[in-house]
Amino acid sequence: MKVKQEKYYRSFQVGAYLIITLIALLCLFPFLLIISASLTQNESIVRDGYHLLPQAWSLEGYRMVFRFPEQVLRAYGVTIMTTVLGTLGGLFLITMAGYVLQRKDFKYRNVFSFYIYFTTLFGGGLVPWYIMITKYLQLTDTYAVLILPGLMTPFLVILMKNFIRSAVPEELIESAKIDGAGDFRIYYRIVLQLSMPGIATVGLFLALAYWNDWFTSSLFINDQSKFQLQYYLYNVMNAMQFVNQMGAGSGVSLGTDIPTESTKMAMAIVVTGPILFLYPFVQRYFVKGLTIGAVKG
Amino acid sequence: MKKKGFLHELVTNRVMFLMLLPALLFFLVNSYFPMVGIYYAFTRFDFNTGLFDSPFVGFENFKYLWTSGVLMKLTMNTLGYNAAFIVLGNVLAIACAVLLSELRVKWFKKLTQSVMFLPYFISFVILSVIAYNLFNYESGFLNTALKQLSMNPIDVYNTPWIWVILIILFYLWKNLGYSMVIYLASITGISDEYYEAAKMDGANIFQRIWYITLPMLKNTFVMLLLFALGSIMKGQFDLFYQLIGNNGVLYNATDILDTYVYRSLKVTFDIGMATAAGLYQSMFGFILIMTVNYIIRRINDEYALF
Repeated sequence: MKVKQEKYYRSFQVGAYLIITLIALLCLFPFLLIISASLTQNESIVRDGYHLLPQAWSLEGYRMVFRFPEQVLRAYGVTIMTTVLGTLGGLFLITMAGYVLQRKDFKYRNVFSFYIYFTTLFGGGLVPWYIMITKYLQLTDTYAVLILPGLMTPFLVILMKNFIRSAVPEELIESAKIDGAGDFRIYYRIVLQLSMPGIATVGLFLALAYWNDWFTSSLFINDQSKFQLQYYLYNVMNAMQFVNQMGAGSGVSLGTDIPTESTKMAMAIVVTGPILFLYPFVQRYFVKGLTIGAVKG
Repeated sequence: MKKKGFLHELVTNRVMFLMLLPALLFFLVNSYFPMVGIYYAFTRFDFNTGLFDSPFVGFENFKYLWTSGVLMKLTMNTLGYNAAFIVLGNVLAIACAVLLSELRVKWFKKLTQSVMFLPYFISFVILSVIAYNLFNYESGFLNTALKQLSMNPIDVYNTPWIWVILIILFYLWKNLGYSMVIYLASITGISDEYYEAAKMDGANIFQRIWYITLPMLKNTFVMLLLFALGSIMKGQFDLFYQLIGNNGVLYNATDILDTYVYRSLKVTFDIGMATAAGLYQSMFGFILIMTVNYIIRRINDEYALF
């Protein structure tokens, strides 16, 4: 069927393509700038500044990052461990809580839902929480502190509760009960199997939060060997800034010996790498999960 | 029917209680216990003596925060930035979602959507690297470009007002993809029949967007708006801290309650003051949400948060 070319439609289409292209380029631009900078010779950056295309190519930045690989790899290890353990642990607790809270025959579900929701409305604030963890739980400089506080958020529990409610028919749980299945068995055998898209979405939220976390390290970790990757990067950035300023102030040219600018950018790429690599695969689930959430909401 | 008490319920549904227990404990320790610590706000806190042995000073901390003008400045900044985030963020996301939904080339649509979502995935530490790369005085991309056009370089890191714009731009950059996907999902949910009928009646593309698409997005918009209002006193700590850090020159234009509290804890160790500021933030936010919720309830029950 051929629709008559209507008024404005063509110009609208052209405009839409142009605007979307422009915005997409703006979103991509900083990434290109960092990649380019990480591949540029340091002297070139110091002399001429950052460019979109390297003026003088060099892998020196990456070589610097991996000259003493123990620290980077260690930080990688800490981040991978906390991300895996935190995501799995968090998923286990969140799905269980979500399952119980949506069970119609669980009498106190509204009371407990509000108990969880209320923490988003009012809280003690950062400082009492900090003192709780350092003074009363004594978790400073432990791996546990990197994992435990991030296991659950009210938002994720509520998201999971709503998802299970819409994904698992009530009758199914009823009939399983009649067949003599216990509550945990129903959760394990039925609910988990039917809620996979929701689990994927919540899992991604958790994993992303753990992977990008620098805040917990900054508050509770003093021992360098337990730094998460992002906080390690943060410290390297600040240290190099310091080296640069010292060099400039004292007239000693430290800058030429240590390729700080290109190393910084190489470091940033090394830290972001896995996400950029995984992104195309992961993004699909994220969009799907958000889409489901939005339509249901 | 016999009325059954909590104990009976506990016994019959013990497995479910057991399954819920970790979550209840988690929020008890992580959220409810720290509420007791609000007491610090009324003390001159000493880390060694613990909760109830620090000298009680009443409202002294609050008085100081109030008379020094800190509280006023922080409140204005926090509310101002959040208002800008909410308004501009939603307008941009809706505009992009509408445009994107009208594109006909499938691969282009997918590709651009992915690219716009990408910034959401990177950490705020990387964001600070990006800002440094773009704006640092000696070698930043901006000043390099300005020099090539033989214009004077700008010392961005010492110019507070620029950061008001930059923080908002970085926020938009990072969050556009996320909220756009949500709007895009609602647009996909609109039935084609509306558009067909409008076409029959001779509505052009702008009229179709104005009279069909936008009104249909109202539900999603209100939902996102309410969520955003709920956390309007908690502002994007990572964003501000990673972009500004401890650069005191910029505080007047960029300090929000979260960054102030964090600095009081980590840099100046002023526990009593930091708790007071945190409590003020919590109370203010709480009252704000309650008021908003009450008003919404009066207007339209369905949209109320709780």
